[in-house]
Amino acid sequence: MQFTDKELIQAYRRMKTIREFEERLHLEIATGEIAGFTHLYSGQEAVAVGICELLTNDDYIVSTHRGHGHCIAKGCDVKGMMKEIYGRRDGLCHGKGGSMHIADIGVGMLGANGIVGAGAPLALGAGVAAKANGKGQVSVAFSGDGACNQGTTFEAMNMAVVLKVPVIFAFENNHYSEHTGDKYAVGGKDMASRAAGFGMLARKADGCDFFACHDVVSEVIRHCREGRGPAAVEFDTERFFGHFEGDPQRYRGPGEVERLRETRDCLKNFRAAVLKRKQLDAAALDAVDREVLALIEAAVQEARAAPPPDASEVLQDVYITY
Amino acid sequence: MAVMMIREAIASTLHHEMERDPNIIILGEDIVGGNGTAGGTEAIGGIWGLTGGLFAKFGPNRVIDTPISESCIVGAAAGAALAGKRAIAELMFADFVGVCLDQLYNQIAKFRYMFGGKTKCPVTVRIIYGAGLNAAAQHSQAVYSMLTAIPGLKVVMPTTPADAKGLLTSAIRGDDPVMFFEHKAMYGEKGEVPDGEYMLPFGHARMVREGRDATIVTCGQLVNFAAGAADKLAKDGISCDVIDLRTTSPLDEEAILDSVELTGHLIIADESPPRCGLASDIAGLAASKAFAALRAPVEMVTAPHSPVPFARELERAYLPSAGTIEAAVRKSLAYR
Repeated sequence: MQFTDKELIQAYRRMKTIREFEERLHLEIATGEIAGFTHLYSGQEAVAVGICELLTNDDYIVSTHRGHGHCIAKGCDVKGMMKEIYGRRDGLCHGKGGSMHIADIGVGMLGANGIVGAGAPLALGAGVAAKANGKGQVSVAFSGDGACNQGTTFEAMNMAVVLKVPVIFAFENNHYSEHTGDKYAVGGKDMASRAAGFGMLARKADGCDFFACHDVVSEVIRHCREGRGPAAVEFDTERFFGHFEGDPQRYRGPGEVERLRETRDCLKNFRAAVLKRKQLDAAALDAVDREVLALIEAAVQEARAAPPPDASEVLQDVYITY
Repeated sequence: MAVMMIREAIASTLHHEMERDPNIIILGEDIVGGNGTAGGTEAIGGIWGLTGGLFAKFGPNRVIDTPISESCIVGAAAGAALAGKRAIAELMFADFVGVCLDQLYNQIAKFRYMFGGKTKCPVTVRIIYGAGLNAAAQHSQAVYSMLTAIPGLKVVMPTTPADAKGLLTSAIRGDDPVMFFEHKAMYGEKGEVPDGEYMLPFGHARMVREGRDATIVTCGQLVNFAAGAADKLAKDGISCDVIDLRTTSPLDEEAILDSVELTGHLIIADESPPRCGLASDIAGLAASKAFAALRAPVEMVTAPHSPVPFARELERAYLPSAGTIEAAVRKSLAYR
């Protein structure tokens, strides 16, 4: 697959934005200023961006509790997201959802989801809608190695095959379902084989390599857009932070995170690859880095200064009419 | 006006609404039926016979015959709704709410709120419920109280063919998720149904009988039982308001409170079990908002705190009846 400079810069910018958004949140959450439970996506950026760079606003994604990366990759407003995570009135969901429930229907982002395994049936439904529309839209269900063990995910895979709908089951194996290893919790150890067992096209990709993700996803999206039914991809990826912020991560091996950050960092891999192929120069990437850091800094400052919702809004939007 | 059964009113409304709005899809187990069998597609048309003919008319992209997979029936309806469709899902038995509760409780009920009002979730879940057919503990429950307790859902229970048409039309055309309860023992109820467009607003109870001595608040199958009790009491000179709630969320508080203000005697007949249920909810309403008007303790006629039993004799003992409702009215009136 050939990329233009513009495409490469855009992919890098999205991945870098996710990374810096999460790294900054890690610091800000430690100050106690941000309420609630937050699950960070650092380390998995190549998966979200590798998929979403191949989607348009007419395509749908359904995300997970670890959803910030999917949101940014699909085009959600970064400042609106930050305000939402700070619980502000003009956050993307007016402070009603928070980190685990960010959605932006206009860009096809049908919601992060606090229930592990709930997303695949929803993505199936978006696929049903896409098929009925007949315009070649696709729907993506992001699931982790935790959600892959939920019956709802199996049901959605089966029904997607039965109904022949354009759904891509994206399994991000970051090797931890919360605090438990995939070697323990995933029977058979192989999510792609499971998906294949339901009768769909199934592939694997290195989830720390943007180009590998993009290649494999290109193939499966083409398959779906052509009306040939669902597909699945298992991504081998890494989670740089804990399950949630504040997780003491006693399940990690000595030096594990440092080693992952050294050898399995999709941003480092991307930079090395494009420099080696002389597709981009370091100055261009450095410029993106500076712009992204400035954006995140502005997002944090604006979120801090933004007003909270008014208590009177608690009953707003329970129903449209009641 | 045409005379038809509740089942016919629902089936014809489904046809009419799907004709009217090409954006509507319907999903469920065996709603087409026969797929992958020697009998061929549409060998069934829904085990309740309400969805026959839809597939032939609207095709596989809109009439979606699913595997047995309730989480995905409701979940796919919800996902399709987020993606711009208007979805109708059928749960063959209300008891299967237990299988897909996450999609009802954590997903469709909460999308609009969690997402800051930036989406709607127009999903009508048709739920076939209730005891009386000896279907035992896992095919007979009246789970409307449980769903009434969930903010974000509307809960609707028609008891006449006309109401079935008017309420189902409002459910399908509305933009909030609706739990549409159809009592399996009432599908054969006959009545006149208005021709043409007919919509009923939610939150407006129906006065089934009017009286001055006692207020019977009820819904679903027990509406007819309560009417029977009222007719019997009328022969003894006791007149009752019988209020069919039609919808338990939203609840027509005004109809209940206005009647209790007049009669001072409140009897609630509810097919669900007694704890944290509709009856205790309405009793609480009366205690907090009509306390001074009450002349006797509120009488709650409910199913017992037990699963639904199988044997005819046991199921009869389980279900409230015209007799138990009548006895409760007499008990209330005899207070002091």
